[in-house]
Amino acid sequence: MEHIVIIGNGISGVTVARHIRKLSDKKITIVSSETDYFFSRTALMYIYMGHMKFEHTQPYENWFWKKNRIELLNAYVKNIDIDDKTLILDNDTNLNYDKLIIATGSKPNKFGWPGQDLYGVQGLYSKQDLDTLEQNAPNNKVCNRAVIVGGGLIGIELAEMLNSRSIPVTFLVRESSFWNSVLPEGESAMINRHIKNHHIDLRLGANLKEIKADVNGRVKSIVIAETDEEIECNVVGLTAGVSPNIDFIKNSEIETNRGVLVNRYLETNIKDIYAIGDCAEQRDGGIGQRRPIEAVWYTGRMMGETLAQTICGNKLEYKPGHWFNSAKFLDIEYQTYGWVFSKPRENETHFHWKHKNDTNCITVCYETTTNKFLGINTFGIRMRHDVFDRWLTEERDVDYVINNLQEANFDPEFYKRFEKDILLTYNNNLQTT
Amino acid sequence: MSLATPDALTISTKQKLALAIGLIGLLILALALLNINFPNKALFLSLSLGLITLGTVIYSREAYLTKQEGIKNDGVWFKSISSRGVIGWALGVILTTFYIILYFYPQYLGLGKNGTSNTGLIALFDPLSHLLSGRNASQWFVYGTLYTIAIIAFGYKFILKYRHNKYQQLRTISVMFFQLGFAYLIPEFMHVMNNDLPYYDLKSIWPLNYYIFDEWSVKGFLSNGNIGLALILFGIISIFVITPILTYKYGKRWYCSWVCGCGGLAETAGDSFRQLSSKKMSAWKLERWLIHTVLVFSVVMTTAMVYTYLGYDSNDFWLTRGVFITIVIGFLTLVFATVMYFKAQELGKDAKMGAIGYFVVIALLLIMHFTGTTDHIFFIQGSTLRSIYGIYIGSIFSGVIGTGFYPILGSRSWCRFGCPMAAILGFQQRLFSKFRITTNGGQCISCGNCSNSCEMGIDVRAYAQKGENIVRSSCVGCGVCSAVCPRGVLKLENDSMKGRINPTEVLLGNDIDLMDLVNQK
Repeated sequence: MEHIVIIGNGISGVTVARHIRKLSDKKITIVSSETDYFFSRTALMYIYMGHMKFEHTQPYENWFWKKNRIELLNAYVKNIDIDDKTLILDNDTNLNYDKLIIATGSKPNKFGWPGQDLYGVQGLYSKQDLDTLEQNAPNNKVCNRAVIVGGGLIGIELAEMLNSRSIPVTFLVRESSFWNSVLPEGESAMINRHIKNHHIDLRLGANLKEIKADVNGRVKSIVIAETDEEIECNVVGLTAGVSPNIDFIKNSEIETNRGVLVNRYLETNIKDIYAIGDCAEQRDGGIGQRRPIEAVWYTGRMMGETLAQTICGNKLEYKPGHWFNSAKFLDIEYQTYGWVFSKPRENETHFHWKHKNDTNCITVCYETTTNKFLGINTFGIRMRHDVFDRWLTEERDVDYVINNLQEANFDPEFYKRFEKDILLTYNNNLQTT
Repeated sequence: MSLATPDALTISTKQKLALAIGLIGLLILALALLNINFPNKALFLSLSLGLITLGTVIYSREAYLTKQEGIKNDGVWFKSISSRGVIGWALGVILTTFYIILYFYPQYLGLGKNGTSNTGLIALFDPLSHLLSGRNASQWFVYGTLYTIAIIAFGYKFILKYRHNKYQQLRTISVMFFQLGFAYLIPEFMHVMNNDLPYYDLKSIWPLNYYIFDEWSVKGFLSNGNIGLALILFGIISIFVITPILTYKYGKRWYCSWVCGCGGLAETAGDSFRQLSSKKMSAWKLERWLIHTVLVFSVVMTTAMVYTYLGYDSNDFWLTRGVFITIVIGFLTLVFATVMYFKAQELGKDAKMGAIGYFVVIALLLIMHFTGTTDHIFFIQGSTLRSIYGIYIGSIFSGVIGTGFYPILGSRSWCRFGCPMAAILGFQQRLFSKFRITTNGGQCISCGNCSNSCEMGIDVRAYAQKGENIVRSSCVGCGVCSAVCPRGVLKLENDSMKGRINPTEVLLGNDIDLMDLVNQK
């Protein structure tokens, strides 16, 4: 029986395992040194905030794996012997495979800041990171202040987490406005104000110069590069993005760049070795307008769904459909469908609407010459994925989308609706331009 | 893990003050229970209920109005009371004890027996009872008053907690209204107008209201002319006409989380315990067995009871035992045939279980008819069957366990495992209703907030992460899963029956060809 070994029990690895099981009787083993069972990484923040316990973040009950004959091995892979098709594990045992799937995810970025390895400095990615945070910042007596470095999705989650335990937070964002490399100006500015409303000390345009230690080698303070201001703190959260977690194969024959290089079939340069999820990098650049490395829950899952077909004999290209994503910034939900870039690119126009309550807004991107609808960002308004997916496929124009927004609304019943207001603003804009 | 307390758990000085105010209110009740005879009962009762309400109001305002609008679940699993900690267990024991005394030893609450006047706690409520209906209080009046206060005070708290969510606010106002008006005030006023009428909470529908077809109840209604007849007809129409129509249009939520008193208490006072319900597959299996067994029990019990007293005077009324048993069997057969005709494939294995259940009930009824005498059914006295149901289901299951165990089993264990009304509504919701919780394409991140907050123990995430709509008998449509979802994945909807159940293997967002390939077969 063919033995499929998967390194990593995150959403990518688990999805490919589940789908291989649906399609075949192959022997499946998942190796992970993070946790015994699959959990939802995106839910780690809710454990620290007390919304859930760790076991609630596990989407499948523990009996699920045995019932579906998916073997789970808690071990760390030190090396891959490609010629012998063998994994060398940290407990000095070996594991043979017929086909190998690398799904090892990411690790937090560190940019060589002085003091970045001090006690009290940490990222937030793994279960271990969460345990460390629980040690470092159990309450505001032990942690009088935390500084977060890096204004992205993980940074704002960490800020929300610490805020839930009344730990004062200083949030250093390198950009001039929160996540404005991705979000258009109006949206980014709204989130800036929302962050400040939660009493988080947001510092825009601020880079980290160094992290200083006390006599015990613990974090004592940080210094901001631009102003040389020193801020005392007990915890520093490094959340300046993530990169593929592939150090263990850097010296092997598997070709890597920032991630494990794969073709459209998610195959590496070595036969019978594949890579999916955060750690995979598309060899010929990103697919369509996507980035070559996509560290997103959904794409990890989609790669898993696709690769299972290939492994089970139905060779299939990874062809993601229309881009979509979502996040939550403190109390404001964000969804995006299609492409809306932070600044309109050539032959693109943005239509921006924001409600006066300063928590609801949308940005619609369309082609200037043809009016073709390209994408939408929505804040504080839920939209239907299937409707936007269909409109993108049907290449609807922006007039159609704005006039039919009601059809796409996914807010709970009795919620205040904004379609009329949006349409009014849209029509007014047309007249003035 | 660190043992230090997260700071989020500490409460502000104002909240401590509010707690003190509420506790003084409770202390007055406790003193009355210990037979302290307050001089001015009306004053002390008002003071007690007023302080309890005031304390809850101040506490809630401080908890929620000092923060931004949004989901307020911080520390739920750290707090002792809401995570089966020491305080949670202590509260469970206190509540359970209270229910045991209430149902089985009302004399300890001070109920006067054989015409003697009330003492203790019940006497404290006499002035209010006199004001509303001109009679002395009973243990049920005390319970009803405290129940109503709990729904209103904690309803207010819930409304503040979800002040960004109109759906949550409206349904909470609805349960507060139905409790105060229909369950509490109207029956008292009905008594004032006609003191022969049996107590009737108009919104409490058979089989939840298992005593409406009791002999004393039916006789009570029928001996009161047109008003009584209208009321008992309303009771019959409620279950056989109103319920199916509303459930078809809106799902069982119209009742369970907008009208029902048990649901009302669970959604307000019980909100802090909703996350404690078990989401395990094994709990779901137990649930299906238990709730349907109770339903069968209640149908057989009610039929047997009505059958028994129809026997007394069969000659002067068209509804004889034979006619009655024929109607019951005919109706059950009609329901069974309809389900089998339209939905047998959808049900799969459950269809077999349903068929077995159906034939068991019919067999029981037929055996009863052909072996029954006036007094005995299956060699058990009809009234015995009724009192077994009353004690074990009506009192112990719904009261002692259902509410007493809030801090242990979660707020809806009665609704989930026991309520025969919920079983009927759920049966229809699963098969003939426009209601579902829609899953939004491929947006789920499997975080588990939805499952965690489901008071009915539905593993919502198991469906959401497959892009599949949630169509479950037990869903009471509280809408909290949708509220707590951080990615906007869930929406309660009434839409067409077609495509309501839509299992998918590959989710929206992936290769269209792959989705077609995998999902179509």
